[in-house]
Order: sequence, then structure tokens, then C-alpha cells
Amino acid sequence: MMLAPLIQGVINRTKAIAAGRVGQPLVQPYRDLIKLVRKGAVYSRTTTWVFRMGPVVGLAAMICAMALLPFGAFPALAPFAGDLVMVAYLLALARFFMVLAALDTGSSFEAMGASREVTFSALAEPAFFLGLAALARQTGTLSLTSMLGSVSIAMWMRAAPALGLSIAALGVVFLAENARIPVDDPTTHLELTMIHEVMVLDHSGPDFAMIQYAAALKMWLLGAVIIAIAVPWHSGNSLLEGGCAIAGMFALAVVVGIIESSMARLRMLRVTQLLIAAVVLSGLALALVQR
Amino acid sequence: MSALLIALLSFGAGAMGALAFANRGRAATICGAGGILIGCACGIIPALRVALGEPSQSIRMAWDVPYGSLFLELDPLSGFFLIPVFVLCALAAIYGTDYLEAYRGRKTLAAPWFFFNLLVASMVVVILSRNGVLFLMAWEVMALSSFFLVTFEDEKESTRQAGWVYLVASHIGTAFLLVLFILLGRASGSLDFDRFSASSGAGLLFVLALVGFGTKAGFIPLHVWLPEAHPAAPSHVSAVMSAVMIKTGIYGLVRVMMLLGAPQAWWGWVLCGIGLSSGVIGVLLALAQHDLKRLLAYHSVENIGIIALGLGVGTLGLCAGLPAVAVMGFAGALLHVLNHALFKGLLFLAAGNVVHSTHSREIDHLGGLLRRMPRTGAIFLIGAAAISGLPPLNGFISEFLIYLASFKGAVTLEGANSVPMLATIAGLALIGGLAAACFTKAFGIVFLGEPRSEHAEQAHEVGLAMVMPGAVLAGACILIGLLGASVVSAMAPLISEVTGLSAPIVRASLSTAAHSIALVSITGGALAGLATLFAIGRAIALSNRSVSTNLTWDCGYAEPSRRMQYTASSFAQPLTDTFDLMLQTRRHVIAPQGLFPKEASLATETPDPCQEYIYRPLFSAIGRDLLLLRPLQQGQVQLYILYIAVTLLLLLLWQLA
Repeated sequence: MMLAPLIQGVINRTKAIAAGRVGQPLVQPYRDLIKLVRKGAVYSRTTTWVFRMGPVVGLAAMICAMALLPFGAFPALAPFAGDLVMVAYLLALARFFMVLAALDTGSSFEAMGASREVTFSALAEPAFFLGLAALARQTGTLSLTSMLGSVSIAMWMRAAPALGLSIAALGVVFLAENARIPVDDPTTHLELTMIHEVMVLDHSGPDFAMIQYAAALKMWLLGAVIIAIAVPWHSGNSLLEGGCAIAGMFALAVVVGIIESSMARLRMLRVTQLLIAAVVLSGLALALVQR
Repeated sequence: MSALLIALLSFGAGAMGALAFANRGRAATICGAGGILIGCACGIIPALRVALGEPSQSIRMAWDVPYGSLFLELDPLSGFFLIPVFVLCALAAIYGTDYLEAYRGRKTLAAPWFFFNLLVASMVVVILSRNGVLFLMAWEVMALSSFFLVTFEDEKESTRQAGWVYLVASHIGTAFLLVLFILLGRASGSLDFDRFSASSGAGLLFVLALVGFGTKAGFIPLHVWLPEAHPAAPSHVSAVMSAVMIKTGIYGLVRVMMLLGAPQAWWGWVLCGIGLSSGVIGVLLALAQHDLKRLLAYHSVENIGIIALGLGVGTLGLCAGLPAVAVMGFAGALLHVLNHALFKGLLFLAAGNVVHSTHSREIDHLGGLLRRMPRTGAIFLIGAAAISGLPPLNGFISEFLIYLASFKGAVTLEGANSVPMLATIAGLALIGGLAAACFTKAFGIVFLGEPRSEHAEQAHEVGLAMVMPGAVLAGACILIGLLGASVVSAMAPLISEVTGLSAPIVRASLSTAAHSIALVSITGGALAGLATLFAIGRAIALSNRSVSTNLTWDCGYAEPSRRMQYTASSFAQPLTDTFDLMLQTRRHVIAPQGLFPKEASLATETPDPCQEYIYRPLFSAIGRDLLLLRPLQQGQVQLYILYIAVTLLLLLLWQLA
């Protein structure tokens, strides 16, 4: 959980190198968070308590979701059958309150971002569930810990296409949910095209710090699911496996950075098609494991 | 059982009292509401006890009506469906005492109280009756009393139209039920449920039940009356109709499936298909609505779809011999019946407060109500989160059970049999995402931001009698969310009766589900704790720093007009555009023209596609064909006597031949 903001640092550094710049230090996201936490706050006159609930519920939901997620050889705090549903709905809960906080300001900008956020996440959710259902089908279990823990090299040998398709689908969900290119551009602030960044325009100080940290945790969370499938190596040594998973996370960050440097944001209409394509990919993965 | 009979008597007394004191001011209200409150208080205890596993009770008396008998039985299934009836009707009665006051002087209040008592009594009899004739009579009384409640404001053209659609739809449904009961009773020559034998033609009977009860429940494409009738009715009546009356359709379907014996796999496929289409199309149509109560009505269609998905998954589990899937599917579906009653009742009552206070149901004319109606806003938010299936509230618990059942089915079933399970998983995920989109829209546009009209500007909080029922329901939503494990374990006798599986198997499956749900609730509790902790931490951190308030940031443009806010239609537009194939939204655009455009406007409307493409053409064709018979109708008595004579003559000839 402490490492999560570092992922953003790695992505930013990758983009800087790809653009021929030196770039900000890797720990810049931490510095931003600390600075924000120590600041005062400005609230809009229009807002109510719903606006102030947004960041706290969002961060609390992410931390609870992290508790249900295994990492490397370390199991989740409390794994149970169907915890993947809980994780997805915790993300939905966080989104619900973020969107309401955005609408609470009465700003057209933020409402526009909110509207896009709910649109894309409604389409991303079936892809996420079907991708995990394909995995559940292969491993025969229903909790994230046992599901992700039983992905092995042998399973890759046996069902590489299905696993690959699942990763592709989950990768699209990862990019969409974390507001990265090609779905959203996290570096612009006042474009009519943005989604996540525009929703948080009116948050400041500690509230904004909570939102930023929750966003980092969300990226870690969805990334960890992908890495657990993509790095199926079980050595028996939990430290070694944990290190391997962390290395995998950084590799994923580098990949995201390269994607961001090499392509532009898609048109809004295309994003919908991309997400539907992700649903189709996970459907295909399922069809492959059904045989 | 005697307590339930006393409850029925109390409803009768309330109805009569309301009529007797029709001209005595508040006396009619006191009688009407009092009858319901006393009756519900009497009835709830036996219903709860039997639902939790006490032995069933029954009463059987002879009746002069051919094939009829006064045969009532309270078993776990009936008891379970009676709980929301009693809770919701009592709360709606309290709400109604205040809500109907606004009409005093203009209308007699005796009629709505009379019919409300009648509606509650008929729902109780429908759920208890074990005789076809008695069932159909109660069913008819239920339809008629709710028709008169829907048409309470009959001076409005739209209300009369809505009532008409409802009446026709109800009776088409009842026609199917009539055939169903005749076929069921044909073999034994009795219409008592315990003598029914459905050895042959169970498939046909299932389809008849599906159409007949599905019309009441609101399965797509039989749902067309719902979005008409719910907005037209007074809000406490919409709450009762949407929360419990349409559930009598689900009750009937489950009851008939129990009577038909071992289910066939294609029933499960059909139920899953209906559930998927009702769920997805229901929530999409809800997204496209501008009318707050119409939006809620379409959400009832969506939630009925979720219930059908659970029933379908459960049925498939039974057919495939997977008790865990069957138990969790049925438990999820039935728990969702209760949960939907709680949060939909809450939402309709809160929407009623909004209508009462602003005189507008148009979402795009509202806004900023949370500051003006803080309590109504808070309970609406809880209802919105619960209906979107968010943890740790009750909606999540029942959806979680259905997810769990279909994941289990998807993992174990082979080949084509796993397709409905996977479709259920994907469908529930899509429905969940769209429902969250719809309720962020409803809550965000109505209660947040700045008011968009004079009406919304001058809104005020309503009285205690109209806030308290919603608050009680909100409390119940939170409670079921946090105590989900105990609730699910307590459903064992009910599930055992419905699935026909032995009690130990049911208990074992439910306890594995309860284990997961306990952890869900613990996570939910931890979430609430963490959020409180963060809020306190923020308050402490900000206590000695500069905290200021200012205008909303609008890119340096500091004079935003209220009409420049995003509207509900613009919020939903990306989704309605994506699914335009199913919605066929119409746009009426006056585009700006010339260099200095004067006037421009954009209006969108999304009529119900089933109404538009199936029923309207169908009924106008029938109407056109029936015109041919019009010359027979001349209005002369002699001619009618001639018709009678000719008919008699023909019958005589037929008899002789």
C-alpha cells in the first residue's frame, strides 16, 4: 500500500524518458501528497456534506478492497468465496460517491466528467467480471486469493490463449478505470475531453490528497490482478515472490508509460467501442475455456 | 392464523369506517389509516414466525361458490411475502395521512382510504389463499382497488389514460391465470391447491403462469402498464404498488412452480432470458426518463428482472442437481423481493416528498434540494445506494447471492449449460453499472447543485409523518446490509420449502453463503469505520488552517447561471446514445440559424419501445377490425330483442341437431 504512488512516478518517468526529458523524481507523487495533506481547503458555496463524503468514502473503499486482494505469495486479509464481486462493488461505491461529489458542485465541467465516468465504468464492469469468470472457470475457485494463487506455469502451457485474452480484457479495464490514455488523458486539466481529472476540479488540500492516494491504490489494485495472472511463477519463497510481483507492477507501469507516450487519446465514441471490444475479448476467453 | 383473520377484519372495518365518516373531516383518515395500522400490527407476528420456521397453519371452510372453498394457509413462502406487505402498507398509511391532506376540500378522502384498505386486504388474501376461485377473486379485487387508487386524480387526462392501460393489462393477465387454474384443476375436479396435479403439460402451465403473473410483476414486454400507473398514483400508493403489489406476481409464479413439481431446464433458460431483457432494458429506459417517478417505475422493471435472474439460476441449479446453486439462486431472488420492497418503497416515498414540496416530477426542473430538504435527501441517498447494489447496504447482499450462485454454476456446469450462468454474471454487472449511473443522475440532479427553477428554489422540508416512514425503511436497508448473514441463515425453512430440498442440504449451502456474507458485512463495517476516521482526521487537520468557501470553479468565469448546469438528459446522453438501438430516443431540435440566432431548443423523449412497436399497432389494428361490428349497434331496443330471439333460435336448432 505504501508503494502505490510510486507506480505513478514510474509512469511519469517513462513518459519523460520517451519524450527526451529528464522528468520529475520518482518520489514526486509522495511529495505532492504530503504537500496537499498539509494545506488548507477551499469549498464551493454550492456544495453540501455529500461533497465532503466523496473523498473519505472513496479512500476507505479502496483500502477495504486492498484488504481483499492477495499480493505475490501473501494471501488477502480475509479471503472468501465471491470476494471478487465485493472488490468490484467497492470500486463502484467509491465511484458512486466521487460522481455525486462532482455533481454537488453544480459545475457543468464536473458533471460532464461524471457522466463519462459512469458511462465507461458501466461498460467496463461486464468485461471485468467475465475476465475473472474465465479465470474462475480455469481454477475452479471463487475467491481472488485462491484464484490468482493457482495460476501456474502449467496452466499457461495448457490454456495460454484464454489467459492471454483475459489479460487483454483486464488491461483495457485497467486503462479505462484508471483514466489513462487511450481512454482519458491524466495530464490535461481544462479540456472538455477529460473524465477523472475534471471531476475533482473543486477538491483541494487534504480532500484532494485522499482522492490522489485512492486513485493510486486503485491502479495498484487492478494492476496487481493482471500481474498475478501474467507472472505465474511460484517459488515457494514468499519474499522472492513478493519481489517478483513488485517488479511486475513496475514493468506494468513502464508499459503504461510507453502506451501513453506512443498514442493519443481516443475519441469518446471510440472509447465505447474499445470497452465493448474488451467484453468480447473476455467472452472469447470464456468460450476457449468452455471446451 | 386467527391473528391474520383479525387483521383482515381490521382492514374491512377500516374500509367501512372510512366510508361511514366520509363527510366528517379527519375521521375518515383516522379510520382508514387506523384499520391498516392495527391490521398490519396483528398480521406481522404470525407471518414472521411461520417464515422463520414455525409449523404452517391453515383454515378450510366450505363456500357456496362452485369449485370455491375458503381455504387459507400460512406457510413459510406466504409468511415471507406477507412481511413486506405489512411493513410497507403500515408505513405508507402513516405517510398517506399527511400526503392526502393536501387534497382535503377538493376531493373526498374516504374513497382512497376505502380502496387502500381493500388493496391491503386483497393482497393478504392472494398470498394466503389456496383455492383457485378465492385466489382469482382476491386477485381481481386487488386489481380493481389499485385501479381506483391510481385514478385518484381523475381530473387529469394523463391519469385516466394510465388507469385505462393498467386496467386492460391487468385483465389480459388475469385471463391467462383463469385458463391456468382451469387446466390445473381439470384432473381432480377441484380448485384447491393441494389437489392440483400437473402430471401432463407442465410446460404449457408454466408459460401461462409466466404470462399471467408476469403481467403483474412487470416482465418485459408485459411491463407497459408500470411506467404509466406508478407516476399517476399518489406517492404512497405508488410505493405500495411498486414495492409489494407487483411482488404478488413473483409470489404467484413461485407458488405455481412449486405446484408443478420438478422444473425443467428450459424454464430456467426462459427465466434467465426474461430477467436479462427486463433488467437491461428496464434500467436503460429508466436512464432515458425525465420524470422522477417514471424513472423509479422503470427501475421496478429492472429489479423484477434481477429477481427473475435469481429464479432462473436457481431453477437451472435444481435441474442440474447442484443444490448450492439452486439454494443461493432462490435465496438471492427471494431476498431481493424483500430488499426491493424496502428501498423502492423508500424511494417512492422520498420522491413523493419532492413532488409534494415542489409540485414537479420533472428532474430537469429540480436541483439543490438537499439544502432545502435535508432529511428527505439523506434517505433518498441511502435508497439510491441500496438500489444500485452498493455494499454495505441490503441490495448488495441479494445481488451477491445471485452472483455467487451463477459463479458456482459457471465453474461447475459443462458446455451450453453454463451459458445462462455467464450471461447472468455479465448481465448483473452491466445492470449494476447502469443502475449506479441512473441513480447518480437522479440524486445528483434532483438534490445536488443549484435549483433549476422557482419551484425548486422555494422547496421546504415536509412534516414528520412523511419523513419517518422513509427513515424507518432506510434503517431497515442498513440493518439487512450489516446483518445479512443472519438474515440469509434464517431463510432456510423458506428455501427448503421452495426448492423441495431437504433441510440439512439447504442449511449447509446457506451457511457457506452466510460465511461470505458475514465477511462482506465486516468489510462494510470496516469501510464505515475507516470513512469516519478519515472524516475526523480531516476535521482535526483543517481545524487550525484556512478553510474558505467560494464559487464553484468554472474556468475563471464567475457568473454561471443556474441554467448552465448539466441536466439529467445531458448526463445520461452518452449512455442513451450508446444503446440507442434499443431506446430509439426521439429528438426535437430547433437548430440555431443565421449569424445572430434568436431561438434554439432541443427536446428529447424516449417512449416505451414495446408500447410503441408492439401494443399500439396491435390495439389500433384490433380497434380497426372491431369497427366492422359497429353496424350491429343501432341503439334500438327492438333490434336488440331481435338479436336475442335469433340467438335463442340458433341455440335451439344446435341443440336439436
